[in-house]
Amino acid sequence: MIPAAFEYEAPATLMEALALLRRHRGAKLLAGGHSLLPMMKLRLAAPERLIDISRIKELAGIRESRGGGTIVIGALTPHGTLESSALLQEKCPLLAEAAAVIGDPQVRNRGTIGGSLAHADPAADLPAALLALDATLTAMGTSGARRQVPARRFFRGLLTTALRPTEVLTEITVPVLKRGTGSAYEKFANKASRFAVVGVAAVVALDRRGRCSQVAIGITGAGPKAVRAVRAEAALLGREPTAANIAAAAARASAAVGDALSDIHASSEFRLHLTEVLTRRALARAAARA
Amino acid sequence: MNRQVTLRVNGVTQQHSVEPRLLLVYYLREVLGLTGTHVGCDTSQCGACTVLLEGQAVKSCTILAVQADGAEITTIEGLARDGKLHPLQTGFWEEHGLQCGFCTPGMIMAACQLLERIPDPSEAQIRHGLAGNLCRCTGYHNIVRAVQHAARKLLETKQR
Repeated sequence: MIPAAFEYEAPATLMEALALLRRHRGAKLLAGGHSLLPMMKLRLAAPERLIDISRIKELAGIRESRGGGTIVIGALTPHGTLESSALLQEKCPLLAEAAAVIGDPQVRNRGTIGGSLAHADPAADLPAALLALDATLTAMGTSGARRQVPARRFFRGLLTTALRPTEVLTEITVPVLKRGTGSAYEKFANKASRFAVVGVAAVVALDRRGRCSQVAIGITGAGPKAVRAVRAEAALLGREPTAANIAAAAARASAAVGDALSDIHASSEFRLHLTEVLTRRALARAAARA
Repeated sequence: MNRQVTLRVNGVTQQHSVEPRLLLVYYLREVLGLTGTHVGCDTSQCGACTVLLEGQAVKSCTILAVQADGAEITTIEGLARDGKLHPLQTGFWEEHGLQCGFCTPGMIMAACQLLERIPDPSEAQIRHGLAGNLCRCTGYHNIVRAVQHAARKLLETKQR
């Protein structure tokens, strides 16, 4: 399959990329290309121009913020780098764990965190993790002004985000998980594509008495966009993470999904069933790690 | 508008003017005539088109040739040295790691990366490392043995 013809630019700096984006309204940004190129090959997308941002050095890399407390990830960071990052494994293991089950090794070498988030595939893994982590996404507009968007307000619908057409997603900020906090990602993968039929990310913090002082649950794959399971979180907050309490909370997770997707891979009923089961497993594993 | 690309493929510098929409796999096969890299599913799932780009296994059906401008590429044709097969190639031969052979070049290139990262992998690590490569003959068992064979040979060579 061959994409429709397009013009191609490969700017070396973010400012050049922004200038190109301002000049060419029909342009699309290209990072690792593992979401956009398959769509172009199927002619589901036919942009007039690609702005290849993969050579922009300032958009790569993972670092801890100066005061500590957060980790800042450049939008061009490939999934494989998230997976093998010692910093993430130690201080924000949920992101490394979710990245490790994206696609396959070749896909993880090319696909980037920024590309995956900007594309907002309903079956992508990272949105669930970023929602559970209360991550912040930073975008830069053509004027050079930075805008921060909380993950909860970023995913708007099927393949739709809060990013404006003239903005570039530049970095993602995630918290360093404090002591007494555990996290886990559970996924039921499509066998061929490895996309999540359903994926659930959970973060659980326990207080001194062993009760949940923080519960965050992000769900992907089940509906048209990734969501937080707010009611399930509230059901477990302040309680001990016993099997019965976790099961009661997980029973409320599917309410967050709304209209579940139904396709050749799974019916909506099966997706809602998976949502409950995976939420239970993710909460149990996160609590055990807290 | 065409763009000039310069790549180093199997140690040889190549320079061509290409359409931006030309996929790397077609650049390798049709411009350079390196037909060892196969087009399988053409949807970045099967891994038959796997090559090494700067030492990393990638699916060349999902990369534009212009994206690879300036990069070092290794294809299956670049593995043998001085007429001697690479241990992965002899491993697939010795352990009957192929039936129809269509997936083999991609399997071997993905296994190259795996052994680079984990020189002495467990069976589970081999299966995990080759998760991006499908064999429609379902010959996975012998593929794992072929990679184990190569791992042993490479470790022996290192120890010598």
